[in-house]
Amino acid sequence: MSGKDRIPIFPSRGAQMLMKARLAGAHKGHGLLKKKADALQMRFRMILSKIIETKTLMGEVMKEAAFSLAEAKFTTGDFNQVVLQNVTKAQIKIRTKKDNVAGVTLPVFESYQDGSDTYELAGLARGGQQLQKLKKNYQSAVKLLVELASLQTSFVTLDEVIKVTNRRVNAIEHVIIPRIDRTLAYIISELDELEREEFYRLKKIQDKKRIARKKAEALKEALLAQGIDTRQAVNNMLDEGDEDILF
Amino acid sequence: MALHSAIKGKLISVIGDEDTCVGFLLGGVGEINKNRHPNFMVVDKNTPISELEDCFKRFVKRDDIDIILINQNYAELIRHVIDAHTAPIPAVLEIPSKDHPYDATKDSILRRAKGMFSADDLVGVNRG
Repeated sequence: MSGKDRIPIFPSRGAQMLMKARLAGAHKGHGLLKKKADALQMRFRMILSKIIETKTLMGEVMKEAAFSLAEAKFTTGDFNQVVLQNVTKAQIKIRTKKDNVAGVTLPVFESYQDGSDTYELAGLARGGQQLQKLKKNYQSAVKLLVELASLQTSFVTLDEVIKVTNRRVNAIEHVIIPRIDRTLAYIISELDELEREEFYRLKKIQDKKRIARKKAEALKEALLAQGIDTRQAVNNMLDEGDEDILF
Repeated sequence: MALHSAIKGKLISVIGDEDTCVGFLLGGVGEINKNRHPNFMVVDKNTPISELEDCFKRFVKRDDIDIILINQNYAELIRHVIDAHTAPIPAVLEIPSKDHPYDATKDSILRRAKGMFSADDLVGVNRG
């Protein structure tokens, strides 16, 4: 980042106004983005703590579910293959909803029951109660996992968005605003330079005019001394003493 | 297409050992679609890693799957594939299996969050 990095613009009053407006805009944008980043960060931390909590809970629930599976197996005998072969349609499905945090859409999963239980008759001979318990345990596990999944998805999305927002905040703070500042300083210095030049030019013209006037006076004095009086000369209004311009 | 799949309910898919799969199938997440492709995969110790990888990639590609559940010990085998999957949907969840307790330090998501939460939180997760 060189110190001379600035926006290529002609240094004029108009450009200065433009830059000032831009600087104000950049400051405003910076403030707004910072607020957004803070809001997202707050939500992010909330989600993170929830994820940790839910993961802990998931460990418990899964342990219980696995235990009930063992129980059911003990009473019913091995039913793994029966279950694996009889899959048809999913009973639990997921709906996606959208949640909005500071302009970021976060997907929220929601599970719902759809259709009837495929394994309604499983465990009819024996171990029915254990199987019911097993099903219930796994259903609650699924519910918890769906919740966890939406938290996790929000986590990933927010992580990404926070990174982008922070990058923007930093870019405005460390690149765009300094660049506008530098441009403004450049414009001001150039304008000052122009003003000094203009002042000097005016002084110079005044000088020249004074010399010319002195010369004219001296000429008149000399003529007067020779006896020619030019003071009474009729001043022709139309004759301003300019050279005729001939094209 | 997007509108269509937004209305239709999405599926949960499972990659795991036999007991995990059976459990979730009884919970009612299993489905076999028209092409006879199941949304679950039973992994045993003879399953090659490449097959696991292919299956995971296939599930990620299917647009009717929103959540992928995978046993953590198998997730560990295809960690590079899981880490490469950064899109929010489908969400990949690592679940403990019957004979492998849950290790929070290995979880892709929690590893990304590392440093953001304190050490006692981690211990709390480990216990679970």
